Amino acid sequence: MPQQAIEMILTRQLAAHLSMPTFLVDAEGRVLDFNAAARAVLGERLEKARSLTARDLAALFEVRDASGRLVPSEALPLVIALEEHHPAHARLHVIGEGDALREIAVTAIPIVGQGRRFLGAMAFFWETEKEAHA
Amino acid sequence: MKVTLWGTRGSIPTPGPETARYGGNTSCVHVEGDDGTQLVLDAGTGIRRLGDTFARPVGRVDLLLSHLHMDHIQGLGFFAPLYDADAEVHIWGPASTTQGLGRRLTRYLAPPLFPVLLRDLPCELRLHEVPCGDFEIGGFRISAAMVCHPGPTVGYRIQEGSRVLTYLSDHEPALGLDRFEVSELEPEWVSGYELAADADLLIHDTQYTTQEYGERIGWGHSSVEQCLTFAQLARVKHLVAFHHDPARSDDALYGVVSGAAQEADLPFRVTAGAEGDVFKI
Repeated sequence: MPQQAIEMILTRQLAAHLSMPTFLVDAEGRVLDFNAAARAVLGERLEKARSLTARDLAALFEVRDASGRLVPSEALPLVIALEEHHPAHARLHVIGEGDALREIAVTAIPIVGQGRRFLGAMAFFWETEKEAHA
Repeated sequence: MKVTLWGTRGSIPTPGPETARYGGNTSCVHVEGDDGTQLVLDAGTGIRRLGDTFARPVGRVDLLLSHLHMDHIQGLGFFAPLYDADAEVHIWGPASTTQGLGRRLTRYLAPPLFPVLLRDLPCELRLHEVPCGDFEIGGFRISAAMVCHPGPTVGYRIQEGSRVLTYLSDHEPALGLDRFEVSELEPEWVSGYELAADADLLIHDTQYTTQEYGERIGWGHSSVEQCLTFAQLARVKHLVAFHHDPARSDDALYGVVSGAAQEADLPFRVTAGAEGDVFKI
């Protein structure tokens, strides 16, 4: 495995200390890592994500919109951040821990390092139902 | 290659009788290739004495800056080859996200901090921004990569034939990790690993004791123990402890480095770097 860029190492270390579920993908869209908070929301399916790309996540978690329609991979905030290099946000439904349908809000940002190198993207998400009942 | 230490202290020069053995000058290392190629790593205050040793005509000298904190550039304006019209001085160093290397250097080499402007130096001066992929200087093949330290900071891997010197003067690879132990670490995710892997000689930050590190997390430096772990992970053959804390006396420094090395039972040599030390690799 080649060495990760320092910007990605520090991003991963930041994510490890956050309570917000977080995904980290490289410039080619490969899932590099996710934090413990993401595992708590998305459950065992998440382990399969390590060998996938950001585009594969739509199918893995059966991502749907508010009206129940399957969301195409190109509409995922993480894929937009990766492929269009700008931040994106969406409210989605996913199959997560316990195979339960969960409503989440997702914000993804591209990661641009020193020398304007495009290194990948990260996505934060949180459960909006829990948010509403908090 | 021949590696000579001209400044081993971190943060601020510390002249005085209590630092006479390891030296009080800040970071500067001279590397001479088998073909006579001259590299200088960092321009701390140790560079002034080094500059006076270059034979005339100086020819080409390459100065590789790890970063632009004051203890790594304070001696730059006193580096004799800069004032030699026949010298060709190449300065390599990191840009920031908003300013190029030249503009960053000018913040120091300009009034009111310094009377001589960078553009007025008589030598033939060329600036190169790193990291820029691998590059060659004389018989050296050099890799530079960003490493964990506040502000843009690079480490260097300098290879001549099969021999490798790695220079990580200011480095905090343990930042944000709960446990920094060889068995817990994934090399892919450890800052500086690829630069140091299998190096014959690693010059690395050992500014703190374990207790001091706990009080200075995020300041960009390593404890001696963390450095030993990093060196073990990277399978280096010889570690030179470097960037000594300015508050560390000679006796305390010897005790901290040798004590940690003995306790760890390491498969490589450990030397507490002292001004004037020479290593041939």
